[in-house]
Amino acid sequence: MSLRRLFRRNREDGDLAQEIDLHLAEEIDENIARGMSAEEAQRQARIKFGHPEHIRENLWEQNTLRFADNMWRDVKYATRSLLRSPGFTTIAILVMALGIGANVALFAVVRSVLLTPLPYKDPAQLVAIYQHMQENKDRNGWMPVDAGSFREWQESTQNIAELALITPFQGYNVSAEGGKLPEQIDAGWCSDNFFKILGVMPALGRNFTPDDDRPQAQATVILSSSFWHRRYSGDRTIIGKSIWLDAKPYTVIGVLPDSFIYSSPFGGNKVQVWTPVHYEAPAMLLNTFEDHEFLTVARLLPGTTLASLISQLNGVQRQIKADHPNPAVHDEVVGRSMLDDAVGDYKTSLYTLLAATGCVLLIACLNVASLLVARTAAKSKELAIRAALGGSWLRLLSERLTESLILSSAGGAVGLLLAWGALQWLVTARHDMFRVQSIHTGGAIFAFTLAAILFSALFSGLVSAISSNRKQIVVSLQEPSRTHSGGQSRAGLRKILLAVEVGLTVVLLVGAGLLLKSYQHLRTTDLGVPMDNVLTMRFSLPDARYPKREQILSFFETFLGKVRATPGVSSAGLVSTAPGQGWDGDYLLNVVEHPPLPHGQEYDVMSRGADPGYFSAIQIPLLNGRFLNDDERLDRGNVVVISESTAKLCFPGEDPIGKHLKISYSGQVVQVVGVVGDTRWSISRPVHPTMYFPIYGNNYSVGTVVIRSTQNVESLAMPVQKEIGAMDPDLPVSNVMTLRETVRTSTLDSQFNSLLVLAFAVIALLLAAAGLYGVLAYLVTQRRSEIGIRIALGAQRDHVLRLMLLDGLRPAILGLFLGLVASAAVVRLIKSMLYDTQPFDAIVFVSVTGMLLLVAGIACLAPAWRASRLNPMQALRME
Amino acid sequence: MFKKTDQTAEMLKGTLDMMILRTLVTGDAHGHTIAKVIERSSEDVLQVEQGSLYPALHRLEDRGWVSSYWGTSENNRKAKFYRLTASGKKQFVHERNRWRQMARAIGMVLGETPLKDEVL
Repeated sequence: MSLRRLFRRNREDGDLAQEIDLHLAEEIDENIARGMSAEEAQRQARIKFGHPEHIRENLWEQNTLRFADNMWRDVKYATRSLLRSPGFTTIAILVMALGIGANVALFAVVRSVLLTPLPYKDPAQLVAIYQHMQENKDRNGWMPVDAGSFREWQESTQNIAELALITPFQGYNVSAEGGKLPEQIDAGWCSDNFFKILGVMPALGRNFTPDDDRPQAQATVILSSSFWHRRYSGDRTIIGKSIWLDAKPYTVIGVLPDSFIYSSPFGGNKVQVWTPVHYEAPAMLLNTFEDHEFLTVARLLPGTTLASLISQLNGVQRQIKADHPNPAVHDEVVGRSMLDDAVGDYKTSLYTLLAATGCVLLIACLNVASLLVARTAAKSKELAIRAALGGSWLRLLSERLTESLILSSAGGAVGLLLAWGALQWLVTARHDMFRVQSIHTGGAIFAFTLAAILFSALFSGLVSAISSNRKQIVVSLQEPSRTHSGGQSRAGLRKILLAVEVGLTVVLLVGAGLLLKSYQHLRTTDLGVPMDNVLTMRFSLPDARYPKREQILSFFETFLGKVRATPGVSSAGLVSTAPGQGWDGDYLLNVVEHPPLPHGQEYDVMSRGADPGYFSAIQIPLLNGRFLNDDERLDRGNVVVISESTAKLCFPGEDPIGKHLKISYSGQVVQVVGVVGDTRWSISRPVHPTMYFPIYGNNYSVGTVVIRSTQNVESLAMPVQKEIGAMDPDLPVSNVMTLRETVRTSTLDSQFNSLLVLAFAVIALLLAAAGLYGVLAYLVTQRRSEIGIRIALGAQRDHVLRLMLLDGLRPAILGLFLGLVASAAVVRLIKSMLYDTQPFDAIVFVSVTGMLLLVAGIACLAPAWRASRLNPMQALRME
Repeated sequence: MFKKTDQTAEMLKGTLDMMILRTLVTGDAHGHTIAKVIERSSEDVLQVEQGSLYPALHRLEDRGWVSSYWGTSENNRKAKFYRLTASGKKQFVHERNRWRQMARAIGMVLGETPLKDEVL
C-alpha cells in the first residue's frame, strides 16, 4: 500500500470502476461475437467477472491502513457528536485547558528552577556548608559561618574536600570614569579557589591565584559578564586595566562567562564583581570565631559524601566550641547540596503550587469524566443497540476514548497557549526568583503537555467507559422505556467522582485560606511608622575619600540641610538603615545599674544610627525622655534612644531614662536619654529590640536619608540625587524607593503564592459547583416520572424539595468530610510558608466548610426547586 | 487465484504477478487483454479470476514494475493500459529464473526430464 494511494483512494476507486466497466464491455463484445444474445453475453460476462463491488472493496482495503481508518472514523464520529453539543464541548475544553495549562506552566517553572542542574562542573559534588547553634536549630538552622572556623575546617578536610570561603554581601562605589556615572554595586569576596571549585573558567583573562588572595597582594578584580557588558560595553582590552572601587584602583584580571550564576538564601545573584577575600577582609574578621559573615562552598572529592564531610566538620567544630566557649561561637555544622541551597526558598512554594495545579487538573478530569458519563447515559440506548448488533466492546471503548482524547487535545492546545501567557507574565512578575530567566518552553515541556493530555484523556475516557460496560448495555436494552431507576448506577459513579472532586476543592480552599490569611497578616503588619509618602535613599561614604570623622559629619549635615531645603520636602532625617530595609548589626548589652548578667546571656539589641531629626521626620513616637540632641556628636556621642521593646527587655518596671548600658564587645558605656516606639527591621519578622546611636558620632559612614512629603514623594528622588551629585560626583546612591515599595517587595512572595492558590481554589470551587448542579439536574430528569407520581399521590412539595436537595448534597458533604481530613494532613507541609498563622486555623477551616456548603446548596437548589415545582400530569405524560 | 478444472490452482499461488509481467513483455495492454492472453497462451487451462487481476495490477504498479496510462482500446473504448518498466523487466527475468529452477527441481523429484525452454 502506498501513501499516494491512501490519499487518492477516491480517485483510484473511480479509475477502477472505469476499468471494470471496460473489462465487462470487452467481455460482452467477445461473447456477442461468439454468437450469444445481448442479455446472455452480459450475464456470462458478469458471471465470469464476479462481483465488481467486491473487487473494489478489496482494493479499497488494500489501499488502507485498517487501524488508521478505524481511528479516522472514530475521530470523525466523535467530532461530529461533539460539535452537535457545542456548549458541552466548549466547557469541557476550557476546563481541560485550565487544568493542563496551569500544570504545564508550573512544570516549566519547577523544571527550570528546581530540577535543572546548576551550570557548574559535576554540580552533584558541590555542597554549601552552614553553622548554627544547636539550641536555635529550628529557628535559625542555616546561619553563615565565621572565617576562623573555616580555616580550621579547611586544614582538617584537605584530603576529602576542597572548601571555598565567600561573602557575597559586600559592595563598592564605582567611581565616575570616562564620562560614566558613579554607581554602587553588589560585590562578593571569595577565596582564590572559589571559581576553580565550581569548575568555572573566566571567559576572558584569568582566575584568581593564591598570590592574589593575600593581604599584601596587588588589588585585583574579576567582573561579571553583565557588569562588563553594561558598564564597559564588552571591551576586551579591559583585562589588565584599572577600575576604581571605593576610590582605590583594582586591576581587572578576568571576566566571568555569561552563564555564570551564584545564588544562596543570603543573596549573591546580584554580585557584579568578585575580589579576593584575604586581600579585602580585615585580619580580625578572618581570625574570629564570633563574626559570622561568610558562606562556604565545598567540592566533595571522590569517595566523600556530604554526610561524611559534615560529620568530620562537626568534630572540628565541637573542638572549636570547647576551646572558645563564647556564646557567639556556633557549635554545629550542617550542609546541603548547592542546588537545594540555591532554590531552598522557592522549593516549598513551587511544589505547593504544583500540587495545587495537580489538584486542578484532577478536578478538571473528574468534571469532564462526569460530563462524559452523563453523555454516555444519554446515549445508552444507542450504545445498547450497537452492542446488540455486534459492535465490539473494544470499538465502543475506542470511541469513548477518542472523544475524550479530542477534548483533552483541544484543551491541551488551548492550555499550552495559556501556559505560554502565564510564563511570560511570571517572568516579569517574579524577576526576583532565582533562575526565573532560564524558564523556556522546550521539548520537555511539550512532552509534559502530551503526557498531561494523554493522562486526562485516559482518565476521563476510562471512567466514562467503565460506566458503560457490556452487562449494563444489555440491562439498559431490557429496561422498559418508563424507567424509574434508570441510570441510577451511573449517577452513583458520578456521585463518587463528585465527592472526590469536592474533597480536592476543600483541600485547595483550605490552603488558599491559610495563605491568604498569612498574606493579610503580613500586609497589615505595621512597620511602626506611617508608610505613605516616604522616600528612602542610601549612600555610603568610602574611607579612601573621607578618612576623617569630621569630613563624614560635615557631608551628612550639609547634605541633610540641602535635602530639607528642597521644595516639596516636609521633613527629612538620616538613619543608618530605614525600617523594613533590613538588619543592621546588634550588640550584647548589660545594664550598668543592674548586677551583670552571666557571659552569653546578655541582652541582644540591634543598633542603628540616627540624626536628631530622624524620629520626627519618619514619625516614630517619643514615649519617654527626649530624642537625640544636635550637640551629641563625635566624642559626645555616648547616648542612645531605645525602643519600647528594649525598655521592656532591659528595664522591666523601671524608668530607663538616665540609666546606662554597657556594650560587652567594646566596653563602651552609653546613657539612655529617651524611649521611642518600636519599628520592624523586616516586615515578615517580629520586632527586635533596637537602640539608636547618634549617627554624627560612633563611626557611621553609611546613611539612608528618609524624606517625607505631603504628596507624590517619588518626584523628589531626582532633585535629591542631583544634590548628592553636586557634592560628590563619584558618590552613587542606592535603594531609591518608597517605604511602600520596601514592604511590597518583601511581601511579594506571600502575595504571589496566596493569590495563585486562591485562583486555583476558586476555579476548583466553580467546577465542583458545576458538577453538583449537573449531577442533580440529571437525577431530577431521570426521576421525573417518579417525582410526578409522588406529587400526584400527595407528596408535599417542600418535602420533595428537601429530598432532592439532600440527594444532591450527600456527595458534597461526603467530599467535605474527606477534604477536611485530607487538609489536616496536608497543611502541615505548608507551615513554613505561613506568617503568623497556624496550620490548623479554626476560622479558615470553618469558613471553608461554610462556603462550600453554601455554594453546594446554591448549586443543588435550582434542580431541586425544579423538581418540587414539577407538574405531575405533564411529568407522567412525558413518557 | 485461478479457478479451473483441478486443485492445481492453489499451487500456482504467487505466479499471477509473473504471468502478468510476461504478458506485458510483448507490449502494453489493458486488464481484459492481459486476462485473455494468459488464458489463451495456457490453452485455457488457466483462468484468471478477475477478482485478483486488478488488485495484482495495482500492487505491481505500487512496486514500480508496471506503469499505467489511459488510452483507447481496440474497440475504441477508454481503457487503462499497463506498461512494463525497466525494473519490471528485471523482476520478470528474476521470477522466471526462480520459477524454472523450482519447476526443474520438482520435475527431478518426480523423475521426469527437465522441461524445454519455450518462451523468450
